[in-house]
Amino acid sequence: MIAISILNRLIMAAVTLFGVALIVFVLLRVVPGDPIAMMIAPGASPADILALRARYGLDLSLPAQFGVWLQAVVIGDFGTSISLRRDVLELLLGRLPATLELAFAALVVAVLIGGAVAVIGTLSRRTPLEPAIDATNGVLLAVPDFVWALALVLLLGVLFPIFPLSGRIDPTLSIDFATPFYLAESLVRLRFDIFLDIAAHMVMPVLALALPLATVITRILKEALLEAMVQDYVLLARLKGMSEVRLVLQEALRNAIGPALSLTGVQFTFLVGGTVIVERIFSYPGIGNMAIDAVINRDLPLIQGLVLVFGAIFIVINLGVDLLAAALNPRLRHG
Amino acid sequence: MTDMLLNVTGLSAVSDREGGLPVLRDVSLSLKKGEVRGLVGESGAGKSTIAKAILSILPRTVRVTGGWINFKNRDLLAMKPQELRSIMGSEIALIPQDPQTALNPGRRIGAQLADGLRLKRGMSAKAAEARALQLLADVQIRDPDRVMASFPHQLSGGMRQRVLIAAAFAVDPELVVADEPTTALDVTVQKEILRLIRRMQEAHGTGVLFVTHDLGIVAQICDSVTLLYAGKVIEEGPVRSVLENPQHAYTRALIAAGPRYDRPDAGLEPVPEEILHALRQEIGIR
Repeated sequence: MIAISILNRLIMAAVTLFGVALIVFVLLRVVPGDPIAMMIAPGASPADILALRARYGLDLSLPAQFGVWLQAVVIGDFGTSISLRRDVLELLLGRLPATLELAFAALVVAVLIGGAVAVIGTLSRRTPLEPAIDATNGVLLAVPDFVWALALVLLLGVLFPIFPLSGRIDPTLSIDFATPFYLAESLVRLRFDIFLDIAAHMVMPVLALALPLATVITRILKEALLEAMVQDYVLLARLKGMSEVRLVLQEALRNAIGPALSLTGVQFTFLVGGTVIVERIFSYPGIGNMAIDAVINRDLPLIQGLVLVFGAIFIVINLGVDLLAAALNPRLRHG
Repeated sequence: MTDMLLNVTGLSAVSDREGGLPVLRDVSLSLKKGEVRGLVGESGAGKSTIAKAILSILPRTVRVTGGWINFKNRDLLAMKPQELRSIMGSEIALIPQDPQTALNPGRRIGAQLADGLRLKRGMSAKAAEARALQLLADVQIRDPDRVMASFPHQLSGGMRQRVLIAAAFAVDPELVVADEPTTALDVTVQKEILRLIRRMQEAHGTGVLFVTHDLGIVAQICDSVTLLYAGKVIEEGPVRSVLENPQHAYTRALIAAGPRYDRPDAGLEPVPEEILHALRQEIGIR
């Protein structure tokens, strides 16, 4: 049963990625903008331009181009970046870990903040604190990541310059990283000086990404908690003398996580999408930042590679959410 | 008066949601140690409100306007929250109506059974588990080990209600409030559950306030009965005398309205409108 459903998911994932690849490939070629125009030297002859076109396979018909590219992608060859003149896969793998660290740190922070506010809001029901939390959260729900980013820059970068404004690590600090996962690696190698520096660089982009998600988590989780708190099993547990805090954390939370989880998964994909603009604002060297450069330079192979990576991340997130939901809900686990 | 367990005197309450509509009108009832009293009435008669008032879980929209609820000669309504907390779930326990929602779907049965023992009796996890196993055997669950490790959705409705009965009697309470515990079950299971409650009650010498709308159930399980209509006590007394020799016209009509299993073709007789009209005038409802 489980093997079949996993196989199903893998097939669906392949179909999804194929669709993504097709759409991006076609879109990139029907919108205006010519990658060759960006790279020809002034005074190049028409023959030079044609030669360059042929070199990148841009002289073929659209379906033929797609076929050639897809064939290569299947065996792991994403082509060569037009603007950076380097292997696309290599570029992606070099930058992806920075974005993954950023996104997961943001996810953890969002869950902690959103979860804590939801629990506090539930515990404070029927006190004046509850409407205050609801109203504040309601307003903040409307604030997008880039506005948070700008507000944080003003507050923690300019007004109180506590955290570094850009980059991933202080360039004067250097250890020879064996992996591109700097944050995780510095922790594993117990280089806390480096870890703290990287973490300090991440504070603002992480908050900018995490806060919009945290407000959503608060909204959904609090609603689910309130619903669980009026169930008979909570009433019985209260009669048994369980404290309110334990009622929320032990009785209600576990049943409220389910509905909150699936929405958090969807919202997390938005967060990953948000890395594009947030990484740009903080000059953070991840794939989001790279994506903007790639689009500006009409770097078709790189854009295609980036979109496929984002697509793969979304699929993995959704799969992870489903697996987590099954692990947390005994009813799903036992079928 | 030493064997008196519960004494509700002149209890009145209004619903603020319905503009101060009285939901209880000067209700009095008593329960001796080891007695099973049925609390009967139609929907909205106030039987659940009384049960909730005793458990001190009245919704905020319902306000007690007068009366006492004496439990072992101490007024529950006058107690501080802390005192109530020490009594509820310890000396007074609840068997809830719907076994579907009364067990936490995310926790194993064993852990949920152990809660009361650990919180109210200060048992260690191990001792509570051993006691829980014993309790499951007491409520005639065949393989208690498997049930202990199960989640609620893996059990049938009847099994869940057995678990909840075990949980209620686990702490050896003196009073159990049973809030229509068989309404959500099908008829064959109902009978077993009623027998089980009666057996547990006799074994523990527990007083039971049995909330139900079914006079048939009252006849099966109760020693005495209090009949309510619109928040007012209409008739009360030993089951036998109330059912066999009802004093009030409404009681007579209600008994006549019940299905007759010996005469399946007889059909159902609703309580005649003129009796209800007279009753409402008697109570003072416009």
